[in-house]
Amino acid sequence: MNNRLIVFIIPAAIIAVFLLLSMVEKRAVADSRRTGFLQRNGAALSVFFVIAVGFWTLFMVTLPYLYMFQESFHPTLWPKDRGGPKDMLTLEHYRFFLYGSDGRGNYTHLWAFFLTILISLLVTIANFILCYPIAYYMAQVATAQKLRLLLLALIVPYWVNEILRAFALRVLLASKGVINTVLMSLGLIDEPFDFLGANIGLYVGLSYAYLLLMVFPLYNAIESLDSNQIEAARDLGAPWWRIHKDIVIPHAKPGIASGCTMVFMLSAGALAAPQFLGGPKTLWFTSIVYDFFFQSFNWARGSAYALILLLACILFVMLMLRLFKVCLGETIR
Amino acid sequence: MSADVELDRVTIRFGNFTAVKGATLKINNGEFFSFLGPSGCGKTTILRTISGFLEPSEGTVRIGGKNMVGIGPNKRPTALIFQNLALFPLMTVAENITYGLRVRGVSRDGRRRRANELLNLIALPDQGGKLVSELSGGQRQRVAIARALCVEPQVLLLDEPLSALDLKLRQHMRNELRSIQKRVGITFIYITHDQGEALTMSDRIAVMNQGVIEQIGDGKTIYDRPETAFVASFVGENNPFHGKVARASKSEVVLDTSFGPLRGRSIKALSPGDRAILFVRPELLRLGNGTADSSLQSTVLNVAFEGNASHVFLKGAGSKDITLTVDRFAGVSIPSQGEMAHISYDPTMALVLPEGDMARE
Repeated sequence: MNNRLIVFIIPAAIIAVFLLLSMVEKRAVADSRRTGFLQRNGAALSVFFVIAVGFWTLFMVTLPYLYMFQESFHPTLWPKDRGGPKDMLTLEHYRFFLYGSDGRGNYTHLWAFFLTILISLLVTIANFILCYPIAYYMAQVATAQKLRLLLLALIVPYWVNEILRAFALRVLLASKGVINTVLMSLGLIDEPFDFLGANIGLYVGLSYAYLLLMVFPLYNAIESLDSNQIEAARDLGAPWWRIHKDIVIPHAKPGIASGCTMVFMLSAGALAAPQFLGGPKTLWFTSIVYDFFFQSFNWARGSAYALILLLACILFVMLMLRLFKVCLGETIR
Repeated sequence: MSADVELDRVTIRFGNFTAVKGATLKINNGEFFSFLGPSGCGKTTILRTISGFLEPSEGTVRIGGKNMVGIGPNKRPTALIFQNLALFPLMTVAENITYGLRVRGVSRDGRRRRANELLNLIALPDQGGKLVSELSGGQRQRVAIARALCVEPQVLLLDEPLSALDLKLRQHMRNELRSIQKRVGITFIYITHDQGEALTMSDRIAVMNQGVIEQIGDGKTIYDRPETAFVASFVGENNPFHGKVARASKSEVVLDTSFGPLRGRSIKALSPGDRAILFVRPELLRLGNGTADSSLQSTVLNVAFEGNASHVFLKGAGSKDITLTVDRFAGVSIPSQGEMAHISYDPTMALVLPEGDMARE
């Protein structure tokens, strides 16, 4: 199909869909107490909203993914060959991911893929274990003043640039870094421990990078729990851990799902932390994607790899949501 | 099993604020005992202290003779029914009721049996599988009671559990609560600001004001023989007449009021010159003249017909009107608005008390 045609049709189609939505909304609410989208916002504002949302959906969401999607089915070609006779649809990049160039299995990339998912999962779990007590304290225990202080302490470090934070962790964890120096001077260890080689730096860096994305959904969810429920459970004889298991966690489940989804997705797609803090033996999947795009200029293969990661993450998250009986709508409430 | 509850000089402070001052009382085994007072008088604080959510700053709480210091709410033989009930919305009715057994490790069969027992007790058989949100207000109320009774507490604590219900249901639930208490035979401690609830249900009542227990007694005593101006003005309707003691004998006092000298019965030692208040209940006031020092006259402001009785409002000394209740078949003609009415009362039934804190309207 002619690529240019797609570029023109899609924007028109998307804007039309949004216009239609606003019209349908108006017709659906025949109820005189409620006003339609157009009436509510006025003509000028309505048109602006429709175009702005349409533009955002189009250029930020739809087109990049669509481009990547179609690119991933094209062979790797010099610019002069594009659109020529060699340009045809192919699955070679997906095949490469599974079998490599010699057909015996691309173990390096498959292992990196598996490791990325696994470490992201571990980081998510670690983040949850770390953030749940903080969020519970903030939501149910802390006084208003302590809450403000704690929020400040949580947010301020994020004013520092992500790469700077990663480097700071490197300085702390390096062989001759602060932590090793302290441990050795205390006589706890004889020779420096290779935190970065053992991926400790990676775990710490990733967990810390997305801490807030776990804390806030949890805080929101726990905050809406009536404290009488906790007291009622306690009064009926429940020890503290049962109160959390039976009352707080079931109530906070949508928030937990929301936080875990975000942390998992962003960890799996992280670039800075693995590059700066990952051990030499650890190949992060996004680093591979990055290299295809910017080192070997193989955009087609890079697109295919990025899509594989995206789909795997979505599938994984859906599976988890199903497993814990949370519906997707609840997590973004 | 039932237990008595003793408070021994219990004082509870929050920072500089003293919520309860030196509360000392003994609630008997199997008694229906109410704490009655306006909001902020410290009655909920006392309840939370008995249940273990608060530790007294001074004094001791004993349940069944055992000192409760350092024993948490999950270890006390008490169960609390919250004002908003605090039922668990994600659990079914049966799961709610038997939650206390679940945390004690009772088997599924045992829990089911007990749930059925309790569902029968609260007249909701076969509703165990429903969610709490599918029940009506009165049904939820009963589930909350069943949940608390399920752990077989020796003392049941109720924190204004009826305040969210509408009037009809509230009156029905009063009888229901009383009959449940009779059946299970354990001590009920009930918190309320509604004197009607306290008077109809309780064996004994403690009236509280600003952290202090003003009087303890059964409903009749509290109503007929209030010991402080606060109790007299808070429990039931009362017409206060402020004045100075003119003459005082052992049991009778004559007050100089803005309506002239008025006589009443005295239970507290008063001497001439003291400021005091004469309290006359609306049902004690009647139209027509009596003896010189038990009669007064005032302008009729309004007459309200209420079916079985009429209320006549007359101009009082201060901002508060004098209220008089006339029975339907009293056989007197009710004066109309603006007329001057002569009213009187039986001075042996009206009480004179020293001036003190009054209940706010």
